[in-house]
Amino acid sequence: MNKIWLIIKREYLTRVRNRTFILSTFLTPLFFAALIGIIVFITIKNTDKEKVAIIDNSGVFKKETDSVKSIKLVLNPVPVADTNTYEKNGYSAILYAPHNGLNNTDKWRLYSRKSFAVTAVSSIEEKIRKGLENNMLMERYQVNSNNIDSVREASRKIELEEKRIGAGAHSQDGNSMVAYIVGYGAGFLIYITLFIYGAMVMRGVMEEKTNRIAEVIISSVKPFQLMMGKIIGIGAVGLTQFLMWIILITVFSSIIGAIIPHELLEQVNEANKSIPGGQMNMQANEALTGLAQATTKQLASVNWFLVVSCFLFYFFFGYLFYAALFAAVGSSVNEDPQDAQSLMFPITMPIILAIVIMINAITHPDSSLATWSSIIPFFSPIVMMARIPFGVPGTVPYWQLGLSMLLLILGFLATTWVSAKIYRTGILLYGKKATWKEMWKWAFRNS
Amino acid sequence: MPLLEVRHLKKYYATQKAVDDISFSIDPGTIFGLLGPNGAGKTTLLRMITGIFFPDEGEIFFDGKKFQPAEDALRIGYMPEERGLYKKMKIGEQAMYLAQLKGLSKRDAYKKIKTWFTKFEMQTWWNKKIEDLSKGMGQKLQFVITVLHEPKLIILDEPFSGLDPVNSNLIKEEIYKLAKSGCTIIFSTHRMEQVEEICDQIILVNKGQKILDGTVAGIKQQFKENLFHVGLNSSPPVTMSNAFDITDREDNGLVVKIKDGYNTNDVLQHFIQQEVGIKEFHEILPSLNDIFIKLVEGTAVTRQFQTVA
Repeated sequence: MNKIWLIIKREYLTRVRNRTFILSTFLTPLFFAALIGIIVFITIKNTDKEKVAIIDNSGVFKKETDSVKSIKLVLNPVPVADTNTYEKNGYSAILYAPHNGLNNTDKWRLYSRKSFAVTAVSSIEEKIRKGLENNMLMERYQVNSNNIDSVREASRKIELEEKRIGAGAHSQDGNSMVAYIVGYGAGFLIYITLFIYGAMVMRGVMEEKTNRIAEVIISSVKPFQLMMGKIIGIGAVGLTQFLMWIILITVFSSIIGAIIPHELLEQVNEANKSIPGGQMNMQANEALTGLAQATTKQLASVNWFLVVSCFLFYFFFGYLFYAALFAAVGSSVNEDPQDAQSLMFPITMPIILAIVIMINAITHPDSSLATWSSIIPFFSPIVMMARIPFGVPGTVPYWQLGLSMLLLILGFLATTWVSAKIYRTGILLYGKKATWKEMWKWAFRNS
Repeated sequence: MPLLEVRHLKKYYATQKAVDDISFSIDPGTIFGLLGPNGAGKTTLLRMITGIFFPDEGEIFFDGKKFQPAEDALRIGYMPEERGLYKKMKIGEQAMYLAQLKGLSKRDAYKKIKTWFTKFEMQTWWNKKIEDLSKGMGQKLQFVITVLHEPKLIILDEPFSGLDPVNSNLIKEEIYKLAKSGCTIIFSTHRMEQVEEICDQIILVNKGQKILDGTVAGIKQQFKENLFHVGLNSSPPVTMSNAFDITDREDNGLVVKIKDGYNTNDVLQHFIQQEVGIKEFHEILPSLNDIFIKLVEGTAVTRQFQTVA
């Protein structure tokens, strides 16, 4: 036991003190912060300076249109601007209203020297639409402008509150959006972890084998101890890195939140929404603002204690489950990284499959595909984490959770047992890489 | 009582009888040479003695008791032929780590490393990394790490490869000192001149089997061909004799092979009678190299794969 501890300590310390580890731990959150910053900056920069003069001779707009920071609309400016003079007066564009009043389907014409950003155009359209709406309501139906505002205000407040009928007597507050975000995030995090740290285990084993230090160490400790020490040590490195990221991201985002006004963030979101190609961006942004906008009540709809403890469980055992397999592969190859690639393939397949299933399961957490793959150990760490935020025992009955956890632990014991046997032989065998047949024999022969 | 006794050790791989029924014993304080051509099964044999492999058959007794890999491994220092250390780890930390894996406490490990580093003039290495060392320096470090925990049995697989004569001597001296202080040393090599110089006892393995076992002097006696070198002042008139054949002529001397039934005095008498001055007369013993080649020659140079029934 003492020796395993020594090995864990070495694996942990040499990695944590490594310059690349320190850099990646601190730079990754900074990178994300910078990325968000750049997006915000670019969006603002692109729309901020636009000042548009509106020439509205037939009086479509009755009152001054409300301007937001990004675009300033000036109705019938004095001195009168036209297509020749607007630039001199500091406008970047000039907008002509159709001559024949409201019912005319003539196009509104926007003149400018440069082509406008899509966001700016859609923003202007939005303003016009709103201005016209207000106008029509006031003109035709004699609605007081204050009333319009209060109706708008009221409609904006509407939100959908989901109630889930649980197994218990009382209904449970639910919020699909929050569950979706949390589930997606957790599943993805585990997916990344398996890859990064699984590969790290494999490289570590390969290093020991090609350096021939394995033989020195194995003359003082059992191969199993060396393997487990490495796996646990690297697991601890992963945990450390994640904790650091969580702390740093929290700090950075609160700093960003403090610096950048909320209004601006929403504006960025608005802008993103109107970009046709910005689907991916929008999804991420929606998730962010979704989280930001979710009321404390909605956030409370997720059983955080359960989610976090399940996350730790699936992170830990999912990592152990796969790390042992990665170690076995590492012990079976030699210097050639290409060999590692081909032997790694059968291990990375189920992980990639799991993330595909997860993306499906997050939209249908009750489907039989989601249910079964969240029980099978090869997929459960990723798929189950996507389902859990939707509610236990609502979406995930206790028996499913229990069975999934039990099978994962049994699976981890099985992969470790098999891997240890392959590892024991492979680590001391030089020359060609092992074939599947040989590895099978190492794992299941009686000795 | 021997420190290490090996009885009928066998280890078969899928395509090779790597070690096929080998027995020997080593007394405490002996420097023991394990010789054999490439692929003879030396490494497999050593791995079984260090507890890395389990033998298929046979028994190993260490210090009078049956060998218990988990405990006894701590009293063995093993320096494998293909050696390596963590490239990116500081040398001091690496030595500390490996010493602690051998069961030393942190304080003991530190004290011993300091002593050895001073002895080998390696004090400035502590914060360097392995990648900064030359091959010979790495070798020295590896030797220190092997003997650091004061094992009773030290196994050195080709310890001098890559060392310059100065450092070779340094390590040779340490090996003698360790043997004198009661350590038993198994020394695996195919450099015969080193074996003749250092080893008390040797075994020769080939194709997984032991083909020779004894002291260096004893083996030389066993393989001597009754060859003698006779240094003469002048050429003798008559060289024909019933007592010997001349196998080689040199400047001022002859190499003679004494025939059965005759002895050295008959040879000397032959020359004295002819009044030829004898400057020197000594026996030519075969070198281990010759014996090695003689025994191993004829068997295939590289081992062929075979099917194990």
